[in-house]
Amino acid sequence: MPVLFWTDILIWTLLVLAVLFAVYASHREHLRAPWREVARSGVAMSAMVVLAVYIVIGLLDSIHYRPAAQSTADATEAQYSGETLSVLDRLVSGLRAQGEKTYSAPFALQLYSKELVESPDGTQSRQYPRLQYGGAHLTGPGERAGDIAWTAVLAAAKAIVLWGLVCLVSGALVARRRGQTVRGAVAALFGDRNAVNGRAVLLTLLLVAVVAWVAMDLSAKYHILGTDKVGDDVFYQTLKSIRTGLVIGTLTTLVMLPFAILLGLMAGYFGRWVDDMIQYLYTTLNSIPSVLLIAAAILMLQVYLDNHAAEFSSVAERADLRLLFLCLILGVTSWTGLCRYLRAESLKLREVDYVLAARALGAGHFTIIGRHILPNVMHIVLITVVLDFSGLVLAEAVLSYVQIGVDPTTHSWGNMINSARLEMAREPIVWWSLAAAFAFMFSLVLAANLFADVVRDAFDPRLRTSG
Amino acid sequence: MSAYLVRRLLYAVPILVGVNLLTFLLFFVLNSPDDIARSQLGDRRVTEEAINVWKKSHGYHKPVIHNAEAEGFGKFTETIFFDKSMKLFVFDFGQSDSGRDIGHDISQRMWPSLAIAVPTLVLGVLLNITFALLIAFFRATYIDVWGVVLCVVLLSISTLFYIIGGQFLFSKLLHLVPISGYDTGVGAFKFLLLPVIIGVIGGIGSGTRWYRTIFLEEIGKDYVRTARAKGLRETRVLFVHVLRNALIPILTGVVVLLPLLFMGSLLTESFFGIPGLGSYTIEGIQRQDFAIVRAMVFLGSVLYILGLLLTDVSYALVDPRVALR
Repeated sequence: MPVLFWTDILIWTLLVLAVLFAVYASHREHLRAPWREVARSGVAMSAMVVLAVYIVIGLLDSIHYRPAAQSTADATEAQYSGETLSVLDRLVSGLRAQGEKTYSAPFALQLYSKELVESPDGTQSRQYPRLQYGGAHLTGPGERAGDIAWTAVLAAAKAIVLWGLVCLVSGALVARRRGQTVRGAVAALFGDRNAVNGRAVLLTLLLVAVVAWVAMDLSAKYHILGTDKVGDDVFYQTLKSIRTGLVIGTLTTLVMLPFAILLGLMAGYFGRWVDDMIQYLYTTLNSIPSVLLIAAAILMLQVYLDNHAAEFSSVAERADLRLLFLCLILGVTSWTGLCRYLRAESLKLREVDYVLAARALGAGHFTIIGRHILPNVMHIVLITVVLDFSGLVLAEAVLSYVQIGVDPTTHSWGNMINSARLEMAREPIVWWSLAAAFAFMFSLVLAANLFADVVRDAFDPRLRTSG
Repeated sequence: MSAYLVRRLLYAVPILVGVNLLTFLLFFVLNSPDDIARSQLGDRRVTEEAINVWKKSHGYHKPVIHNAEAEGFGKFTETIFFDKSMKLFVFDFGQSDSGRDIGHDISQRMWPSLAIAVPTLVLGVLLNITFALLIAFFRATYIDVWGVVLCVVLLSISTLFYIIGGQFLFSKLLHLVPISGYDTGVGAFKFLLLPVIIGVIGGIGSGTRWYRTIFLEEIGKDYVRTARAKGLRETRVLFVHVLRNALIPILTGVVVLLPLLFMGSLLTESFFGIPGLGSYTIEGIQRQDFAIVRAMVFLGSVLYILGLLLTDVSYALVDPRVALR
């Protein structure tokens, strides 16, 4: 039975909007030109491949359903289990199910802590018990290094073969369109004369494919990033956290955009008392320290949720509502910057000749704003959206640490860091949860930052003229 | 100038009223005082009596915004809104929900916050300007390209990583400084060292990149061309002419931050166990102490508005072209 969470609906809406925008932009030369520049940039294309991987994982994790329960023979209607799963859970069901008892290091064969074990001859001793799943196919620790290396090499080889096929197929497609030989087309893909920087895309794709495949094959046999306190696989947790990060980074902007655009343009275009009111509104909101505003809002939501627990059918639904609310409140605190830029820009545009001409021809105010001003500030909106993304992903971790972030039951990097932080004092230290969360967060944020920089340079006309 | 200042100060009043109304709405519209009492007392099935006792002892027993039973002005003053929100205007923060005097706590705890925030800011700005000048000097070379890439890498790392990693490296592995804690007087130095260093390092990425943009913007201006045309060396152009002019946006960018230094840093203080206002806020949030959160929201807004005012004044002071009327 499919389940629709609020954030799922919004995230798919956002995807549809993005596709629509892409179609719209592809028909307009002034929008295509900057994107062509982005496409030629090697850094941007490499970053985009990485981002695409994250996005695909996030989208897979945004299709939820309730699996059918083991139905008894005489059940008249289908029974569904109370647990909500996503397509991603289904794909990596091995990771989800293979829990250990408690901590274990990456690739470990044994548990992190000693336990009382009864030997076959009846004597009891304290030792590190073998893991239930991690490396269970091995007879002893001596075989481990060889097994890991062999599995990794095999997986990498598969990935390289697949990647070679992708190169050939795309080369063949290009060759057919341009009437070249396949060999020439493949060589051209790696050349410098493409509209899209093929070399960057393909090489990043190779890297991503090898890493993903090796991780996939190894994680079937080992806990490649270890397990956490209750024995859950850390790799699974980081994969699940991707969705939370993406939701916060994108939905926040989605909810703030309408307000920021409408109010910013109105303030600049109408001036006078409208301007005063809107300026007052955003100065007021801006003057509240954002962490405190978020804290106050989340605290109040928590009180509300505590007192109305009965209205939610599942914990996951509650957690989802909290995630959505967090996006809303983050949006409230972050729209003011964009609003101010747009106000300043539309103040300028109001006096431009074509706007004056439109007004002289009798166009209404909202026609002018919609048809003449809005298209000319879209580059600012776009730049803000891509620049804000990485900051929001980082903010989620900080907020979750202060316990005003996502629900503690939601998988997120902030929650992972928060729960692992306390284990730093142990000896030997439990580092893998922290390392995994930081590494995944870092690669997402870095890719987003690099991509955003190129997009900004391509779209900001001021920077373009000054070289 | 004084007329301008008075006008700006008067303009701050409606903003603060707005902040107050907003926080008040946030706290009392979604949830009634009864709900708050219930969640503070913990149990969903607490008795009506216990709720009333809690409300009475914390001053939540009055009507929310309009008291029909009271006489005259009492209709408005004998309410939660007046008690909890309007009194903030004379900096009467009242008592926290756990019964401590918030005003006294704040005056005690702002000093440790400043002891961390001021050196972090000063060192950070100096270091960032140095790096940015260096990168600007080698602009359009590989040093520039890789410098910017390094900045992007640095600013893509979570603050939490800098703090946790720093604590692990310097305190746990090298045993150079204590992991956390605080002391009064000179003894505080060894506790402050690590938070300040980590604060500075954590800010290098974004700071250097931002100052580099400012420098590059200045380098494109006419007076730089004139300076070069009259035969000045590149070092002199950059370190004397450009630096002095670039200091205007840098200075005003720093001034806006000054008042907020009082608020301290939430993360640094709570990780290093420093009894400043940042950790005070976090404790308030984690104990769900609404009085503290409300007081800090108000204090933060006042300081923010003060920062905006100081920015305008500092513009007028350093840039003779700007006159405040």
